[in-house]
Amino acid sequence: MALLKSNKVLYCLGNISPSLGVLSSRHSSWWGGVQMGPPDPILGVTEAFKKDTNPKKMNLGVGAYRDDQGKPFVLSCVRKAEALIAAKQVDKEYLPIGGLGEFNKACAQLAFGADNEVLKSGRNITVQTISGTGSLRIGANFLSRFHGGPRDVYLPKPSWGNHTPIFRDAGMQLKSYRYYDPSTCGFDFKGALDDISKIPEKSVILLHACAHNPTGVDPRPEQWKEIAEIVKQRQLLVFFDMAYQGFASGDIDRDAWAVRYFLEQGHNILLSQSFAKNMGLYGERVGGFTVVCNDAEEAKRVESQLKILIRPIYSNPPMNGARIAATILNTPELHSVWLEEVHGMANRIIKMREQLVAGLKKEGSSHNWNHVIDQIGMFCFTGLKPEQVERLSKEFSVYMTKDGRISMAGVTSGNVAYLAEGIHAVTK
Amino acid sequence: MSVFGEVPQAAPVAVFKLSQDFNNDQCPDKVNLGVGAYRTDEGQPWILPVVKKVEKIIVQDEKLNHEYLPILGLPEFRSAASKIALGDDSPAIQENRVGAVQCLGGTGALKMGAEFLRRFYNGNNNTKTPVYVSAPTWENHNAVFANAGFEDVRPYKYWDAEKRGLDLAGFLGDLESCPQHSIFVLHACAHNPTGTDPTQEQWKQIAEVMMCRLKQNIVFLSGFRSGSLEKDAWAVRYFVSMGFEMFCAQSFSKNFGLYNERVGNLTIVARDVDNLKRVLSQMEKIVRTTWSNPPSQGARIVAATLNSPELFAEWKDNVKTMADRVLLMRAQLKAKLQALGTPGTWDHITEQIGMFSFTGLNPKQVEYMVKEKHIYLMASGRINMCGLTSKNINYVAESIHDTVTMVQ
Repeated sequence: MALLKSNKVLYCLGNISPSLGVLSSRHSSWWGGVQMGPPDPILGVTEAFKKDTNPKKMNLGVGAYRDDQGKPFVLSCVRKAEALIAAKQVDKEYLPIGGLGEFNKACAQLAFGADNEVLKSGRNITVQTISGTGSLRIGANFLSRFHGGPRDVYLPKPSWGNHTPIFRDAGMQLKSYRYYDPSTCGFDFKGALDDISKIPEKSVILLHACAHNPTGVDPRPEQWKEIAEIVKQRQLLVFFDMAYQGFASGDIDRDAWAVRYFLEQGHNILLSQSFAKNMGLYGERVGGFTVVCNDAEEAKRVESQLKILIRPIYSNPPMNGARIAATILNTPELHSVWLEEVHGMANRIIKMREQLVAGLKKEGSSHNWNHVIDQIGMFCFTGLKPEQVERLSKEFSVYMTKDGRISMAGVTSGNVAYLAEGIHAVTK
Repeated sequence: MSVFGEVPQAAPVAVFKLSQDFNNDQCPDKVNLGVGAYRTDEGQPWILPVVKKVEKIIVQDEKLNHEYLPILGLPEFRSAASKIALGDDSPAIQENRVGAVQCLGGTGALKMGAEFLRRFYNGNNNTKTPVYVSAPTWENHNAVFANAGFEDVRPYKYWDAEKRGLDLAGFLGDLESCPQHSIFVLHACAHNPTGTDPTQEQWKQIAEVMMCRLKQNIVFLSGFRSGSLEKDAWAVRYFVSMGFEMFCAQSFSKNFGLYNERVGNLTIVARDVDNLKRVLSQMEKIVRTTWSNPPSQGARIVAATLNSPELFAEWKDNVKTMADRVLLMRAQLKAKLQALGTPGTWDHITEQIGMFSFTGLNPKQVEYMVKEKHIYLMASGRINMCGLTSKNINYVAESIHDTVTMVQ
């Protein structure tokens, strides 16, 4: 469309010669006013890493699991499931808007425990989503349209960087409660309780179920109990984000403890689940969104509205990953292989944490690095400051996000000593 | 007291409710002419042979993993998808001013385009800009744009119910009189639901009026009717050659039979590489808060197919198989209706293009078809030609005949 940037003048072109087209170099673009978007802080780390030619470079940015050779890991239960699926030759017909039924059921069972009262009473609605992001987005959209309470969603400080824009784009407003204590590199329990006790009633509070991203700092069970109590007193609507079930402790049930405790205490929660990390299905985009309702009738109404939200975004979700996940969860032998492999991944991470701390001691660091071992899951909030992070990337080709978060998955027995050396060099 | 106590029951999405009702129907003669998915002459879904082949290759390739795709999707998919829309030799591609975003199906591509327009077109975040969709159109168009924040989604004249064809004068009239900066959503080919496309001459007229007015257009391409990629993409390529900037939402659900893998592409044609770069950078932001990055399986299948001369040829052949069966059913349905002496004219059955036909049956007649004949079609009178088979076509023809004579 030919037009001047000022939009004040109409050009009518009459007879057009196709060979010349209508483009004149004076005519500007519709998008002349569009600014260059800032690079994504997390994915931007990978870009910088890719450009670096140092053979010792380390990418500790994105939270994607790597084996001890630093390679992506395709779980054997996934390969087996794929083979089973290929042999069945299922058709490619559209899934229902809410996704693959057998996946949704298994997804909820995984989170709540198969014999949970909520599942038995049918008062949850679980829909398949585009991994964790898609789940959070649908949840945010649902809140935006139907939540009668305040429009504020309270995030822990800090939280996953993408939480804020997701909720904001859905029309919610963001606030925070204290969570991470930089002086201890641990949980600011007192600060959290204090802040939560002041949150206006019926607001939405987002909790990381386990393996908090980015800090790796999780409340202990006794602390969760107090949080649940105060959340109940304030009548807050709980939105759990569980992206790492299995990854935190290596035990699926242990990692879901907080979610199940809250249910027991009568909280009707919202829950986002991702199978990106715990099944290594990152690019297949496998996730679930659950609303726990008062009863099955309410669940049906909520379900109908979730479909109305989903349809104009992507109509219905992708089959491949959900089918793989459902096959694994619903086939006993594959299910046990999976539990072992998740356990294995979590254990490797735990080992790397121990080796990093040992390495730092060996380097002669006088700092207290216990938090590296205390923190849980894929990420470690090192406590490094932005200048130190910068030095690590420039002088050692070790890449992490500016907040000092490292993905332990990028650490291997082959490079942990080098990492210790680098961290010591910038912190001594 | 529940937080969601007040949540009302939403009406079900019509096309899926239709399928549900069909599934629940016990009548052995039932026919499903609802959802737009291809069926073989046995009434079965069809996995394209080339897709089966490529899937096997993928499953056996130990080098492939399930890592995240880039935010904008699989590069070799995006470029191949844009190429089949614009043509290998497209000057716009050669000038590096074509980009793409891999999306979740055609719906996802429309969503991304709509979200971008709402943020950046006609002043930032302009929700008041009128968005014009054809009357009638795919029912989800309205919801996609409304959900993206556009408050004013309106129809432009398109289907002439009386003459059962394109209301070109009405269409051009709406183009002439619409408010400045309006957005127009065009169906590149095989209009859903009418199957009625402008001819090339008519497209030229449409383009000419558009060039004289200030507007952006989004073009929805689904690529499955004549069986010829070039013919189906003619309108898109013509607009590009006329110098339009545009978004083109592509779906690979039908032409690859990959419905549930959600394979789509939003092709962006910009004035120059600098504008394109900035647009893509903002698209990344929108993608990131919606689905972060797209699913890999379907894109891999399409990319592998389009980028291999052998597989590409095989794919075109598979597409022709589907298109030919649809053409055969069209020809036979018309012939049977004419042989039965069914009142009305039925030329539109063979003149219309693509998977769908706007039969011209009115809502009362549709209801009669569903209730009395157990033949399921949309209230608009839209039928999916793929639902017809050599076994049911007589029954359907006779039923239409009965309906038209019994119900006015």
